[in-house]
Amino acid sequence: MINIPSTVRISFRALRVNKMRSALTMLGIIIGVGAVITMLAVGTGARQRIGEQIASIGSNLIMVVPGSTTAGGVRMGAGTQPTLTLGDAVAIQKECPSVLYVAPVHSGVAQVVYGNQNWSTGITGTTMDMLYVRDWPLSDGRLFTEEEVRRAAKVCLLGQTVVDNLFGGINPVGQIIRIKKIPFTVIGILEAKGQDPGGHDQDDTIYVPVTTAQKQLFGTQFPGMIRTIMVKAKSTEDLAAAERQINELLRQRHHIGQKQDDDFTVRNLTQMMQAAEQSTRVMTLLLGAIASVSLLVGGIGIMNIMLVSVTERTREIGIRMAIGAKTWDIRLQFIIEAIILSMIGGVAGIVIGISGSKILSMLFGWSTIVSPLSIFLAFGFSGLVGIFFGFYPAYKASLLDPIDALRYE
Amino acid sequence: MSLLKAQEITKTYRLGDIALNALYNVSLVIEKGEFIAIMGPSGSGKSTFMNILGCLDKPTSGRYMLEGVDVANMNRDELATIRNKKIGFVFQGFNLLSRTSAIENVELPMLYAGFSAKERRQKAAAALKTVGLEGRENHLPNQLSGGQQQRVAIARALVNNAPIILADEPTGNLDTKTSAEIMELLARLNEESNITVIIVTHEKDIAEYSRRRIFFRDGVIVSDESSGRI
Repeated sequence: MINIPSTVRISFRALRVNKMRSALTMLGIIIGVGAVITMLAVGTGARQRIGEQIASIGSNLIMVVPGSTTAGGVRMGAGTQPTLTLGDAVAIQKECPSVLYVAPVHSGVAQVVYGNQNWSTGITGTTMDMLYVRDWPLSDGRLFTEEEVRRAAKVCLLGQTVVDNLFGGINPVGQIIRIKKIPFTVIGILEAKGQDPGGHDQDDTIYVPVTTAQKQLFGTQFPGMIRTIMVKAKSTEDLAAAERQINELLRQRHHIGQKQDDDFTVRNLTQMMQAAEQSTRVMTLLLGAIASVSLLVGGIGIMNIMLVSVTERTREIGIRMAIGAKTWDIRLQFIIEAIILSMIGGVAGIVIGISGSKILSMLFGWSTIVSPLSIFLAFGFSGLVGIFFGFYPAYKASLLDPIDALRYE
Repeated sequence: MSLLKAQEITKTYRLGDIALNALYNVSLVIEKGEFIAIMGPSGSGKSTFMNILGCLDKPTSGRYMLEGVDVANMNRDELATIRNKKIGFVFQGFNLLSRTSAIENVELPMLYAGFSAKERRQKAAAALKTVGLEGRENHLPNQLSGGQQQRVAIARALVNNAPIILADEPTGNLDTKTSAEIMELLARLNEESNITVIIVTHEKDIAEYSRRRIFFRDGVIVSDESSGRI
């Protein structure tokens, strides 16, 4: 029968004898566990942030932009060729079965004035479906109506950043603001959404009816021209089908022959975001794996010190054997010592890891999340390291010949 | 039934091609309650014989019966249990655990025998009292004199109620006066508690505390004489 509490006490005493050595040995594990926890926290934080951003731009999103133009051999960027029209948007809504909502976008940047305040911001001309496409509720007021879109009414919805910059504490709903010197009535406020995955402030925007943007604010090269069409597919599974349907429909509508290039581009935003999330996941795993290597190195440090300890205490082992310690009494004593080293190191490492993540958040503004799972993993792993790297020295100790061990000087 | 019975024990060490007989065909019977001194010059085989009697070593051939049980073919853990229950060791160099109090040193054999903490403490305190170290329970070995350390070692040998005490040069590191005290203590334990005491020594006056003296030379017993205490 092996007496665990007494063995633990003996182990603690042995570790206290060489305080400095025990502390340095633990340091390896402390750094290892701390690094694992911090790295996982950074990775998990980044992943969660990307997840939130994906949710904030709206789920199952497809963006259709015009193609590029070529002017005298110089190719311009995507979206420079005016090919999309309101008619395209309406057709996509009608003809593509995998599509849930469609919102045309005609946008630009303009100076906005309220009272003695002014602010430059992006003006998005769109329809009421835009808020469904973006999963973006109003915090106050109402949406524009179909009738207002049809007659190009001078009404607008404000993003939170615009509200903060123009109205100090005044309720903007019902107020008149001037966009490019044209008076608009504020009919609603958009809920705060935060940054998009590109770090762009999504709340720094004003929504107006698309027709108003075309006719009053930014003009068009031909009637009905729009810059972008935002599409929400029915579900994640429908994304690919929706993409294909939009492609076919627009090629048909734009009379593009078999061998001609598209004059528009269909982008699956959700897929792009998921790719970003995927790469963050890989990064998290990589960081965790690198940090685990330091835990491994810490474990080897424990083994090293335990081997030294076994040699130093050969005589003690001999005495214990002579008075009746069995193979496993000796083994457990050294294994428990190694476990105590690694577990104390593990606990300290968890503390260091959590504070390290907090410090990183504070210094660099990274969002870090210490998940209970990572703490559990790190702690369990450090215990296993103790057992694994403690076993060989313990095994060596238990095989000593009692007579030789007693004679050892 | 004899307490210890060694039959034709041979212990051979191999040094490369040369086989060296540390013990050759040694037979010996020891009864309960005897006080024996094993003597002989260095290299005579007395220490090897002592290690075999103490179940620290196994003979190359021969039989060794301890309380009628053949221990020659037991494995490590079985031998450890025999040492724990049947034999108390006293060494020349005391062999106490350093940085461990006297009472905890005495408790050690009971730790491996599975006694509860309370029982260990009580029995260890009683054993220390028997050897005259009451009040020194919490002293560390380096705070005790040589004689006191050897008393702690004797208390450790006693504490599991082992029927045999094996003492290997128990007075080798002690001055004459302290040696006499330790030998008196062993003699008293032998007489009062009927514990079989076997000591290895090369000092004649130490051997004279015993009632039976066995001389070894070149791996064999050359004389085995009994007498009363002088």
